[in-house]
Amino acid sequence: MRELSAVFRRELGGYFATPLAFIFIVIFLFTMGAFTFNMGGYFEIGQADLQIFFNFHPWLYLFLIPAISMRLWAEERRTGSIELLLSLPIPLWAAVLGKFLAAWAFSGIALVLTFPMWITVNYLGHPDNGVILAGYIGSFFMAGGYLAIGSCLSATTRNQVIAFVVSVVVCFLFTVAGLPLVTDFFASWVPQQVLNTIASFSFLTHFTAITQGVIDIRDIIYFFTLIAGWLIACGVVVDMKKAG
Amino acid sequence: MQTANGTHPAAGPAAGDAMIAIDGLTKHFGPFTAVDGISFTVARGEVLGFLGPNGAGKSTTMKMITGFLAPSAGRASICGHDVVTDQLPAQRLIGYLPEGAPAYGDMTPLSFLKFIARVRALDGAAAMQAIESAVAATELQGVLDQPIDTLSKGFRRRVGLAQAILHNPPVLIMDEPTDGLDPNQKHEVRKLIGRMAADKAIVISTHILEEVDAICTRALIIDRGRVVADGTPAQLIGRSRYHNAVSLTIGGQVTAVAAETLKALPGIESIEISPRGTETTFTLFPLQHDAISAEVKLIDAVADLARQQGWLVRALYGEPGRLDEVFRNLTRSDTADMPGKNAA
Repeated sequence: MRELSAVFRRELGGYFATPLAFIFIVIFLFTMGAFTFNMGGYFEIGQADLQIFFNFHPWLYLFLIPAISMRLWAEERRTGSIELLLSLPIPLWAAVLGKFLAAWAFSGIALVLTFPMWITVNYLGHPDNGVILAGYIGSFFMAGGYLAIGSCLSATTRNQVIAFVVSVVVCFLFTVAGLPLVTDFFASWVPQQVLNTIASFSFLTHFTAITQGVIDIRDIIYFFTLIAGWLIACGVVVDMKKAG
Repeated sequence: MQTANGTHPAAGPAAGDAMIAIDGLTKHFGPFTAVDGISFTVARGEVLGFLGPNGAGKSTTMKMITGFLAPSAGRASICGHDVVTDQLPAQRLIGYLPEGAPAYGDMTPLSFLKFIARVRALDGAAAMQAIESAVAATELQGVLDQPIDTLSKGFRRRVGLAQAILHNPPVLIMDEPTDGLDPNQKHEVRKLIGRMAADKAIVISTHILEEVDAICTRALIIDRGRVVADGTPAQLIGRSRYHNAVSLTIGGQVTAVAAETLKALPGIESIEISPRGTETTFTLFPLQHDAISAEVKLIDAVADLARQQGWLVRALYGEPGRLDEVFRNLTRSDTADMPGKNAA
């Protein structure tokens, strides 16, 4: 646990040691606001909830989360600090999890800073705050899912640009797995069972369910399994690179 | 040097007092064999100089000892802890300065050392004391609050050194610890290593040959992944053909005559002539190559001869040998194409 906490604190501090954290948070908040108010037509709809706000999260995360995760391992490889990290007495799981949790906490901080949205909607009307809380929880788990994917892909390369691009593509596939774009491609040649399985991988399906205010244990299990699976894969990748 | 972490974790069932034991260590990168069955041991109090041309496998060996790379074959253990099967206990006993002294560039040396202290299980007062003495030993006081990225190469190297010695480890592995330092800093680092040597097993890699003479108790030359020489610096120098040769430098234009006269001396095997400006240096190789008495006798004889001939003697001395010549004769791999040097 000591090693986990040391890695976590170092990583989280790393975000704030450079302007990266501030730039990211400003852009995150700005685009969230712009999408919700301008493109989403928040005021025109006249509903006192944050449904529109949450609807944009998967699409913004698609680009913003890989921007956080791309440096997790690729940067360590590029600067050579990975040699230091892996020769310190830190269990591999603690390094993988510590980095992931720091990135997750950072995205959580950015998410919490959207609280003026919540204040606004409460000022304008009487929203169901339980649904809004569920939306935030769902959004946070979805961010974790994207980060776990990005973390694993970041471990495969020393080039942050490659890590970013590949993460965006893979995250995109996971996001839209339930949409016709993907299901149509498989529909003609895979059994319905497999098609359902593919569709069930979709972030959108699970996230939308949660933002409706229904926190189903299956949706939570889905995100936990997804995060755990990608983090284990990340550990395997890091370990394989040790074998040269 | 420092006692912050006073008690080391108990040493395991090591054979004798060999703190580092390497047996048949091998590393393949695809079809390329970077390290080819290297074996050696390092005992407490030894400073092992790891020599070899670029790409010989020095860094790869160190990466395997410290657990960064998994060996393809063979084993390495630190105080009885196998670096593969018992990795964390082994890593706790090692202080490691990787090649190029990588660090987290956006951190300051102080926050970086605090991070290392936390990982090394040093807390509160013990951590502060360890950081203070490591900072003092590496003279980092002036830059503690500047981001590491903004520091000069010499300071970055010293941050890496401070990190390696922070927990007063019984085993120190340093990949080119003086690379990038100015002569004064090099001298300081060598003094630091000398001070720490008594109760540690230290391995340093270097391609600065004078360093071997200055700080190592033993030198290992490796080439193309294999050990080609293992001995004290004196033993290695003894393998030089210049060992116990006599060098005479005289001024003026006497070359032809002088060479003939010198060759006529008893006990001379061969003679080398290297003119330089208005001077000429003769290197005389005695028949009895390995005897210091022969060298002394030869010097006396040459001195007598010079006096008789009225030569203008500028220098006359016995050569201890030349380590660079031994090194060149033993290693040839830097001339070949060496892929995989920076693999992984």
